[in-house]
Amino acid sequence: MTSLTAEIRHEFERLTIDIRLDLGGGLTALLGPSGAGKTSVLNVLAGLLRPDSARIAIDGTTLADTARGVWVPAHERRIGYVFQESRLFPHLTVRQNLAFGRWFAGRRDAGIGMDEVVDLLGLRALLTRHPARLSGGEQRRVALGRALLSHPRLLLLDEPLGSLDVARRQEILPYLDRLIAELRLPMIYVTHDWAEIQGRAQTVVLMDHGRAS
Amino acid sequence: MTDWTASDLEIVRLSLKVATVGTVASLPFAIAAAVLLARGRFWGRGLLNALVHLPLVLPPVVTGYLLLRLFGRRGVVGALLESALGFTFAFRWTGAALAAAVMGFPLMVRAIRLAIEGVDRRLEETAATLGANPWWTMIAVTLPLALPGVLSGMVVAFAKALGEFGATITFVSNIPGETQTLALAIYSLTQAPGGDAHAWRLVWLSLGVSVAALLVSEALARRIERRR
Repeated sequence: MTSLTAEIRHEFERLTIDIRLDLGGGLTALLGPSGAGKTSVLNVLAGLLRPDSARIAIDGTTLADTARGVWVPAHERRIGYVFQESRLFPHLTVRQNLAFGRWFAGRRDAGIGMDEVVDLLGLRALLTRHPARLSGGEQRRVALGRALLSHPRLLLLDEPLGSLDVARRQEILPYLDRLIAELRLPMIYVTHDWAEIQGRAQTVVLMDHGRAS
Repeated sequence: MTDWTASDLEIVRLSLKVATVGTVASLPFAIAAAVLLARGRFWGRGLLNALVHLPLVLPPVVTGYLLLRLFGRRGVVGALLESALGFTFAFRWTGAALAAAVMGFPLMVRAIRLAIEGVDRRLEETAATLGANPWWTMIAVTLPLALPGVLSGMVVAFAKALGEFGATITFVSNIPGETQTLALAIYSLTQAPGGDAHAWRLVWLSLGVSVAALLVSEALARRIERRR
C-alpha cells in the first residue's frame, strides 16, 4: 500500500465518529484517550463494522463506498488485524494458527514466508503448543505473526501492548521494531500512550470524541 | 435370564443399526439446520424453527402417519424415490432408520445450535480478517469449536432413536428381522400370552445397551474435553 483514504461517519448512542484519514505508507499512529472511537475506525477499515456512511480506498481500489452500496467484505480486503485481545484460535496449535491465513486466503506463495515470520518473532519453540499454554506476550507475538502471514497490504494494530505488564511490553517492543524496520508494511497503530509510538510513527493522528484533531 | 438366543441378539443388532444409521444420516441436515437457525438472517427462519421442532410436539403416531403418507410406497416422495432410484423406505429397516432420524432431529438440532451460538463471534471475525470466507470460517473455526455440542446432539439423537416406538410402528409396522427393534419386540411379547419371560430377557438387553451407550458417550466427551 502506498496510500489510504478514508472518510467515515457513524453514529453510536454516545459517540459520533466523523473522521477523514489520508495516509501514506509507514507507521501511522492513531492516538487518543479510550472511548475516542479508535477501535471503531479500525473495525470499519477492516470491514467488521458497517458504518452509516464511508468511503475507503487503498491504492485506488475502492473497499467501501456506501453511497453507491459498495462494501467489500472483510475476507476480501487483505487488511491484517491484530486485536487487543490476541484472539488466537483455541483449537489450533501455534503453527496452525500461523498458517490459517495461508490456507484460506489463497495466497500460499506470496509475500513473507512461515520460516521468516517464525524467526522474526522468535516463535520456533512454541509451534506445537496450543494457545492456552502461552503467556500473554507469546500470544500477542503469535497473533502478530498470524496477521503477517495472511499477506496483508495494510496491518492494523489495536493497542498491541495493551493488557500486558511492563516486562511483557519490553519483550514485545524489540519484535515490533524489527517488524517496522524490516517489512516496510504500512501499519496503523492504535494506542492511548504517546511513549509507545514516539520515534516509531511517521504520522500521528490525534483522535478524540470520534474526530481527528 | 442369561440364555439369550441368536434371534434376541439379532434384534439388538437391528436396533443398533437403525439408531446408528438414523443418527449419522441426519447429522449433515441437522448441522445445516442448526447453522441456519443460529447464524442465518432470512425470511422464514421462524417457520424453519417450527418445522424442525414439530416431531418433538406432535404425537409420534401422527409423525409416523405423516411419514407413511410422504415416504410410503404410494406417498408423494416415496413413489418418486421408488420409480427413480428403486429405493424404498416402506416396511424396511431403512424406514425405521428414517423414523428414528426424524424423531431425534429436533434434539440434535437444538444441541448443535446452542453450541454454535456459544462460539465467540470475534473468532469468526478474526478468521475473516485472515481471508477466510464465511464457508471456510464455519468449517475451520465455528464447527470445530462447537464439536462437543455436535457430539452431545448425536448422543441424545441416538438415545431417542434406540427407544423410538410410536412413529416407527405406524410408519413401517412391526416386522421381525426387518423393522422390529428392541422396543417393538418387547411390546409384541407383552401383548402375547406367555411372552413375559422372553420380554424380561429383552428388557435386560435393552438396559445393557442403554448403559453401554451412555458410558461410551461419556468417555468420548471426556476425551474431547482433554484435548483442549
